[in-house]
Amino acid sequence: MKELLLGNEAVARGLYEAGVRVVSSYPGTPSTEITEAAATHDEIFCEWAPNEKVAMEVASGASFGGARSFCGMKHVGLNVAADPLFTMSYIGVNAGMVIGVADDPGMHSSQNEQDSRNYAIAAKLPMLEPSDSSECRDFTKLAYRLSEQFDTPVLLRLSTRVSHSRSIVELEDREERPLLPYHKDPSKNVMLPVFATKKHAVVEKRTVALAEWAETAEINRVEDNGSDVGVIAAGSVYTYAREALGDTVSYLKLGMVNPLPERLIRDFASRVKKLYVIEELDDVLETFCRKIGVPVIGKDVFPRCGEFSQSVIRRCVLGEEPETMQVQQPIPGRPPVMCCGCPHRGVFYTLKKLGVYVSGDIGCYTLGATAPLSAMDASICMGASVSSLHGFNKAIGAEAEKKSVAVIGDSTFIHSGITGLIDIAYNKSNSVVMVLDNSITGMTGHQQNPTTGYTIKGDPTSAVNLEALCHAVGIARVRVVDPYNLKETEQAVREELEADGPSVIICRRPCALLKYVKHNPPLTIDRDRCIGCKRCLGIGCPAISIHGNKAEIDATQCVGCGVCEGLCPKQAIGAKEAAK
Amino acid sequence: MSNVTSVLIVGVGGQGTLLASRLLGKTMMDLGYDVKVSEVHGMSQRGGSVETYVRYGDRVYSPVIDPGEADVVLAFEQLEAARFLPFLKKGGTVITNTQKIDPMPVVAGSAQYPEGLLEEIKAQGARVLAVDALSLAEQAGSVKAVNVVLIGAMAKTLGTEPDIWLKSIEATVPPKFVEMNKRAFELGYAAES
Repeated sequence: MKELLLGNEAVARGLYEAGVRVVSSYPGTPSTEITEAAATHDEIFCEWAPNEKVAMEVASGASFGGARSFCGMKHVGLNVAADPLFTMSYIGVNAGMVIGVADDPGMHSSQNEQDSRNYAIAAKLPMLEPSDSSECRDFTKLAYRLSEQFDTPVLLRLSTRVSHSRSIVELEDREERPLLPYHKDPSKNVMLPVFATKKHAVVEKRTVALAEWAETAEINRVEDNGSDVGVIAAGSVYTYAREALGDTVSYLKLGMVNPLPERLIRDFASRVKKLYVIEELDDVLETFCRKIGVPVIGKDVFPRCGEFSQSVIRRCVLGEEPETMQVQQPIPGRPPVMCCGCPHRGVFYTLKKLGVYVSGDIGCYTLGATAPLSAMDASICMGASVSSLHGFNKAIGAEAEKKSVAVIGDSTFIHSGITGLIDIAYNKSNSVVMVLDNSITGMTGHQQNPTTGYTIKGDPTSAVNLEALCHAVGIARVRVVDPYNLKETEQAVREELEADGPSVIICRRPCALLKYVKHNPPLTIDRDRCIGCKRCLGIGCPAISIHGNKAEIDATQCVGCGVCEGLCPKQAIGAKEAAK
Repeated sequence: MSNVTSVLIVGVGGQGTLLASRLLGKTMMDLGYDVKVSEVHGMSQRGGSVETYVRYGDRVYSPVIDPGEADVVLAFEQLEAARFLPFLKKGGTVITNTQKIDPMPVVAGSAQYPEGLLEEIKAQGARVLAVDALSLAEQAGSVKAVNVVLIGAMAKTLGTEPDIWLKSIEATVPPKFVEMNKRAFELGYAAES
């Protein structure tokens, strides 16, 4: 049967067909759908772990236990999981273990553009890179065979374009794989220096063996079109090159991007007069070619930043620019915004009003940095809001503690905010942390997490009690507010900034897009009362606009959250009956 | 790749552009074409401008549509039709919903929603099919069927017969909405003349 699958769904199909039994991941665009799609199969135990490091350790343990295992994450998630990654490289596997990592060239939904191939080199692990959904499925299955044959975890590198593109996959059956027996072997699985010293040498030999395998592997293939010009490419970049240059050049299409096949590359180079290495982000393939003395054209003509496409290749190789039409008037931008009824809106409105330093984090609420809320001072990575606020306050002292807060979502707090809060309690800063608890992992499209009380499959489970957790790490002042209530929220922030000792304010209100959340009837504006002061625009709600000097509320968008009501100096905003 | 057709579907996050691209992709696969669809997930869904690429033909390599490459731009909103006009091939067709949704800079009063966009797009040499999809959807029975009306207009423009689409709709939509969505599709299909 043929299906039009997302790259991520095709990876999940590969997991299913390869007989994988355990999948543990943390959501992150563009990797999230792998684990969601895998969770639709009852044969696979799937979970959302608190963070990527936990996920990779769960997958490691499952491999020890004899089950084929997987963990998936976005590129920056691999930073979090780097610790187990490097040592699992030494340990190897019992049953096969594959790590899916999705890079985001062009930063469609990320804070940086790091190239995960560098991890494969640094951790000395094989890495496969598919270019479409069919290869996503095939390479996933191949990764398990390689993992078991060479006793190594295998990295599967994806990118936004491969993860989030659909193409045709011919489905195959699941291969039922019995659990492999577990044998106690500390020299393999306990990485004390005495054992690790020996394992390092094994890893170096393994890399040589994998490179030899790569010389003749089917996934590294030459397409000889009899041209004087050659192109070396992998992943989606290969498809862009095919699109731009067609059969006018010959190709070396690499399915394995670490380790690289030296003889195959030399042989391909010897058939052409001019050789391009086309790769997004870093010059990984190019550097290898130069190291083995093969002259290539690479980053001297192709960009290091951003996502590629066929037009980038046409411009860099052929010097061609596309012919285009455009309207002459300026087109206003349409940036992403917080949704109507978003519980984060009132929090950022309040923080802007109070003029405090806001240490931000990763999630929908990072949009609190954008106009008109413009209420964020810094945002680094998952969990950093809490710990970097502590550092900010230690640097400046009591003066800063009275005028600064951290904001962090429920899922991000569990991921790595809690460790920062422990630091605040232990090392005594008077910091105020606001946990924006919208009862879901919102940004990546509504995944359950340890605070929601449900598993990935929707089964009820225990839920972290955030209040008790904060108390337990040594925070005496913990209070809960409703972020729809601006007065209550403002009062809480003012009081906690003044208070002695660290505090946590939990702003609790479920995401307005959750199916179980009931919406109120839309609010309306009494045009006779409205004086056109535009104060209601200050919350940046997409449902409110100004027409003919009067505010208007779009009834198709408004969910009646009421946050705007309190801002109107003339009480012109209200439920329908009141306005009439 | 001259035998590949490229359809760029654009709109505002939450308008249902993904259903349109999936239905188009599935229909073309059922018709025996090679297909690639590229979707936008994550940050861009939050009320922002969204774009989805659908390409089909004998053999499709790239899932991306670049400026100057789209045979058809299907816009769920007028401003988005204008924004993505540079992606249209010379002589290509813009199918656009006549609906206007103010973006945040307009809402906040820092920019004006441009007037006369459709005329300007025509003046550039594009073939324009403007569809009042909101009214047609209401006529079909629900304002939520705007995307299916637009799919109908696109199906005609691409030179496909209604039957295979109606089958896809039957297979995709919950039973109680099938008739309404079929009406919406047919109204959209008839809007293209």
